[in-house]
Amino acid sequence: MWGRLSLDALPHDMITIGGVIGGGLALLAGIAALTYFKKWRWLWTNWLTSLDPKKIGVMYLVVATIMLLRGLADAGMLRAQQAVFAAGDGGPISPDLFQQVFSAHGTIMIFFVAMGALFGIVNLIVPLHIGSRDVAFPLLNSISFWLFVAGMVLINLALAVGEFSTAGWLAYPPLSELQYSPGTGVDYWIWSLQIAGIGSLLSGINFLVTIFTMRRPGMSFMKMPIFVWSVVGCMALVVFAFPILTATLSMLSLDRTIGTHFFTSDMGGNPMMYINLIWAWGHPEVYILILPAFGVFSEIVPVFSKKRLFGYTSMVLALMAITFLSFTVWLHHFFTMGAGANVNAFFGIMTMVIAIPTGVKVFNWIFTMYRGRVKFATPMLWFMGFVVTFTIGGLTGVLMAVPGIDFQVHNSLFLVAHFHNMIIGGVIFGFFAALTYWWPKFTGFRLHEGLGKAAFWCWLIGFLLAFLPLYALGFMGAARRLDSYDASLGWQGLFIVAGVGLLIILLGVFFQVVQVGYSIWKRRELAVGADPWDGRTLEWSTSTPIAEYNFASLTPVIYRDEFWEQKHRSDVKKPVELIEPIRVPKNTGVGAGIGLLAVIVGFGVIWHIWWLALAALLGSIVIVIVATLKEDTERIIGVDEIVATEKKLRGVKV
Amino acid sequence: MSKPRLLEQKFLDYKTSTGFWLYLMTDCVLFASLFATYIVLHPATAGGPTSGEIFSLPMALTETIILLTSSFTCGLALLALRQNNLKQLVIWLAVTYVLGVSFLTIELSEFAALVGDGHSWQQSAFLSGFFTLVGTHGFHIFIGLLWLLVMVAVLFKKGITLKVKRQLGLFGLFWHFLDLVWVFIFTVVYLMGVAS
Repeated sequence: MWGRLSLDALPHDMITIGGVIGGGLALLAGIAALTYFKKWRWLWTNWLTSLDPKKIGVMYLVVATIMLLRGLADAGMLRAQQAVFAAGDGGPISPDLFQQVFSAHGTIMIFFVAMGALFGIVNLIVPLHIGSRDVAFPLLNSISFWLFVAGMVLINLALAVGEFSTAGWLAYPPLSELQYSPGTGVDYWIWSLQIAGIGSLLSGINFLVTIFTMRRPGMSFMKMPIFVWSVVGCMALVVFAFPILTATLSMLSLDRTIGTHFFTSDMGGNPMMYINLIWAWGHPEVYILILPAFGVFSEIVPVFSKKRLFGYTSMVLALMAITFLSFTVWLHHFFTMGAGANVNAFFGIMTMVIAIPTGVKVFNWIFTMYRGRVKFATPMLWFMGFVVTFTIGGLTGVLMAVPGIDFQVHNSLFLVAHFHNMIIGGVIFGFFAALTYWWPKFTGFRLHEGLGKAAFWCWLIGFLLAFLPLYALGFMGAARRLDSYDASLGWQGLFIVAGVGLLIILLGVFFQVVQVGYSIWKRRELAVGADPWDGRTLEWSTSTPIAEYNFASLTPVIYRDEFWEQKHRSDVKKPVELIEPIRVPKNTGVGAGIGLLAVIVGFGVIWHIWWLALAALLGSIVIVIVATLKEDTERIIGVDEIVATEKKLRGVKV
Repeated sequence: MSKPRLLEQKFLDYKTSTGFWLYLMTDCVLFASLFATYIVLHPATAGGPTSGEIFSLPMALTETIILLTSSFTCGLALLALRQNNLKQLVIWLAVTYVLGVSFLTIELSEFAALVGDGHSWQQSAFLSGFFTLVGTHGFHIFIGLLWLLVMVAVLFKKGITLKVKRQLGLFGLFWHFLDLVWVFIFTVVYLMGVAS
């Protein structure tokens, strides 16, 4: 009846129990607060069932933030073990738990922090940037979000019920096969990623169609903001890379559940096929994360330099080149596989080629600043930090692209330092910049500058302290994922420095939490208008807070920086606004329902409770059929209501 | 609520067909991954049968002819849809459905025969790849047939509406796409499999 599930699935060791109790208490506190303040209905009607991409975007960011805290807690445990206890007889974290923690840390940080923040920002900004009112398929967007949440729930459920994977964030076989990982850990990993991955795939389709078909009249491709171009590249990668992940995870799970032999070490199975496939998805995934960050900086640098972007066309070409090239380098993740000198040379050279368009972008940003009136507000500080750290990371990347050198540093802490350099110094800094930059557009007040700057310096210094020692350790021979090492190696000093770096990063996070809280408290003093930074793109042209329909009228676009030209050129007139009734999608609980059923399907398959999985799967098919046949899905906002809203929000007559 | 205007309907058609084409491209990549895996694992028979020993060309050819014919009848259904001829539309959809079901029946009987002879997906990596690749295609056909049933039910209930038109257009794309994938399966799995 209940498959593999029994009371044994509850956690046994103290650290996990502590985590479960802490997480459970936080969840209970949230539920209690919602009940006490009678906010359930508000939450359901205003947020959970909303199809407004602005609200879906905020929900993505909330989930990503919570997951960031979980991922940081995991990182803290790993560093504490390595800095304090690992030199000698090991610390309080058993090797098995240590493996679960680093697997969870990597998986959560990539899939539920970086991807969540990415889709959050894309949801918030893309429709506004292209001057549209919505995404192409609002219901699909909500379903994508809830599949993301379902994956997040499953991966956290692994903490309380059963165990998590010990096979690392990419679960290489044959270790991840049933023979070597008989528990439920790898299954949790597979189904959490599978469900969230399908959500990402649907989002990819949705945003590509949105950008292709819903741009403001007159906005040709070469007039789109660079951020939108970066999202085109990113979503094209999602659309072409995520199906590979879906197929690969399916095959691994078939191996584990019905006894096929794709990647097993016997009966003709080929583990290297898995590693090829997973990186054929995994390398584009890296660019899926970084491209939007490039886009964010391409918006921020011109605004804070009071200049238009240097080399728009070369920026677009560079983005598209990176998009294409990212599919041609996957083998550099396993030069040591032994594919032969020629194959390794090809992939090594392709990897170095990618550095060229990336270099073009860095120079374009710097030339944009050149002779501009640069204002060092917080978003610009994140940019400056990004340029430095990202360049260091890029250089070490080119170093590892040389197969001969890679043989030396493969799977060492040098590699760990490299990709954290790209993902923290690149992606995360980019998202923090985006958050600070666009915060006032959605809330009506700015984030406190001083606290933001303090957070930035903590992150930058903490990051350098936490990861530069890892380069040295890698050269000294420290492998990644060590839960203990011999004290005579003399590594402990550097690990302690890295641990101190992490503490400084945590201080930065503390400043950010305080910054948000303080800014909300002082929101009247920090209040700003609709266009606080003297922006260039369309999102700044509409009111703050933004009306549900984004723009009252869809006036044509003539220039690349249309809003800037309207503001600063006397010969450019603001077009006359024509108000017509607007259709907006009605709220629906379909997304939340599918998300819930997806959790049940995943749970059923993980624990081999087949009837439950099947029932939930049938349920979700029925929901999809009913939802697609439903007729009355839109609401019309009449002209009177629009005029009233605009009057209230903009204080002007239309 | 007022009816959406024609222009809005046209725009919706455009959006959904663009989105569906993109979805088909993602499915293409999914099949490409399965094909690549199958091709790599093809020699890995682990002492079990090779493809030349177990595949039957007449059966695969029958499947091919049935599926290609169903694509043709699906096309005829879409022609009838364009002429707003409900009766012909339903007839051709029914023919498509019957052909689809017979295709699946033959495929499943082939699978059952293989498993009955002890050549299941557990026997070797080659057979794992075979069952998964061909089975995934079969699963898509199954989803298509389910979709077809829902469409026919809606046609009986509401007649030819703009929404049904749009969805049947997408169904047509889906069905032709599956046909195309099958042509590759027939070539790569069966023709090349028997030859080797």
